[in-house]
Amino acid sequence: MKKIINSPQDVVPEMVDGLVRSYPEYLERIPDTEAVVRSDKASMKGKVGIVSGGGSGHEPAHAGFVGKGMLSAAVCGQVFTSPTPDQIYKAIQAVDQGKGVFLVIKNYSGDVMNFEMAKDMADVDGIKVKSIIVDDDIAVENSLYTQGKRGVAGTVIMHKLVGAAADQGASLDELEELAKNALPHISTLAVALSAATVPEVGKPGFELADDEIEYGVGIHSEPGYRREKIKTSKKLVGELITKLDEQQHLDPEKQYAVLVNGMGATPLMEQYIFSHDVLDKLAEKKIKPAFMKVGNYMTSIDMAGISLTIFELTDKKWLEYLNYSVETVGW
Amino acid sequence: MLTVELTKKWMELFYDEIDKNKAYLSELDTPIGDGDHGNNMKRGVTGVKEGLAKLKEPDLKATLQAIAMALISKVGGASGPLYGTAFLEMAKKCNETQKPEELFTVALEGIKKRGGAKEGDKTMVDVWAPIVKTFSDGSFSKEEIKKAVESTKDMEARKGRASYLGERSIGHLDPGAMSSGYLFETFIDAGGTK
Repeated sequence: MKKIINSPQDVVPEMVDGLVRSYPEYLERIPDTEAVVRSDKASMKGKVGIVSGGGSGHEPAHAGFVGKGMLSAAVCGQVFTSPTPDQIYKAIQAVDQGKGVFLVIKNYSGDVMNFEMAKDMADVDGIKVKSIIVDDDIAVENSLYTQGKRGVAGTVIMHKLVGAAADQGASLDELEELAKNALPHISTLAVALSAATVPEVGKPGFELADDEIEYGVGIHSEPGYRREKIKTSKKLVGELITKLDEQQHLDPEKQYAVLVNGMGATPLMEQYIFSHDVLDKLAEKKIKPAFMKVGNYMTSIDMAGISLTIFELTDKKWLEYLNYSVETVGW
Repeated sequence: MLTVELTKKWMELFYDEIDKNKAYLSELDTPIGDGDHGNNMKRGVTGVKEGLAKLKEPDLKATLQAIAMALISKVGGASGPLYGTAFLEMAKKCNETQKPEELFTVALEGIKKRGGAKEGDKTMVDVWAPIVKTFSDGSFSKEEIKKAVESTKDMEARKGRASYLGERSIGHLDPGAMSSGYLFETFIDAGGTK
């Protein structure tokens, strides 16, 4: 393992410290936690607070999306490990303005349990809390017999939507409705070239041969649905769009937002090439995205790979929310 | 009967066992999880040790509560809320009864409720459920614990991260079942059956 760290157990506190001290105009640390809150407190006044978080290793998610117009606070767990309820609860307390707090949770058993315990704690104190569990990864079948679909890069889209709506004064109930309505229209699929190495583990989460790729890998090295020899960018895009199309039934009459997301070790150069192929492939289907983002938004430490998120804009307001101006490190 | 002394001794031995097997637990977690169960549990038992050291002449309830809060606030992931809930339920019940089998029964109910897992889903429930039963027929022993842990090997995971592997999860021990096995084994070593 070759990483620029001091010691594996100090990764999270030192990362959070480095982040907030580098960007004091956006971020502040909540005392005695690994959670960060907006430094612009005035921007939260009278509004519903938005809190997200999860294991670390997905930077800039989630702390990088804290700022005016997006998240109010984010809680950073250990690497690939959900944050604990006491920390999530402190973040809820830090952002509550009497209008309630909305939680954006990724669908992993640990995240769901810890955020729910924090919600119970807030209930006891009379803070109104509602939440959405994001499960945009279509690599996993939804089934009663598994944890269900995972939450991946589409979570950032959710942050953007509820963040913009909350900034414009949406109520807790309105945010819940917005999140529930948008969620089924957000689909993501990834391809991995190599696995991530968790600092405390010291070796990659799985092995892929030099010439192999795997479709459908999750953001914590969860296994995907198929391994193959490496293909051209065009062919990778072809596979991902075919699968996403089965889910979304892409239609030239409809509007779409597209997020091309690097997994950590894939250079922007390759992400732009991939985007070129995504846009070509969509053009074949007579689709021109109404909104597009390319870059590292929901990474998986040093995993090489890329994910493609397609979001069908069935409500005109959603495009406005995506274009709404924010003051964050990561968007 | 669960007492403060027994609980403290139990947690000391549990700390040692987790410390000794930290790498093994993470290794079990690698093929079917994300390879950090040993590290997470080690953080938890370290928190328990510190939490208990801070208590001055605690009663059983305060002792169990301190264990629960340390596990909830230090372990993270799915194991933190599950182990934490188990001890929290025991804390709630312990003024009424100090019988291990009754306390473990409410702990198991808490785990099932929090995580939504049933027997056969390849989780810690597959150790807790059969072990709770061994109290009623008097067969509670290390052999039974080992058997329960081993039983998870042939199961297909239906909860948590391992469930994404489906059939490929078969053939691997569940790490949460293993750490639960250590919990019950150290309960015996602490004198919990006497």
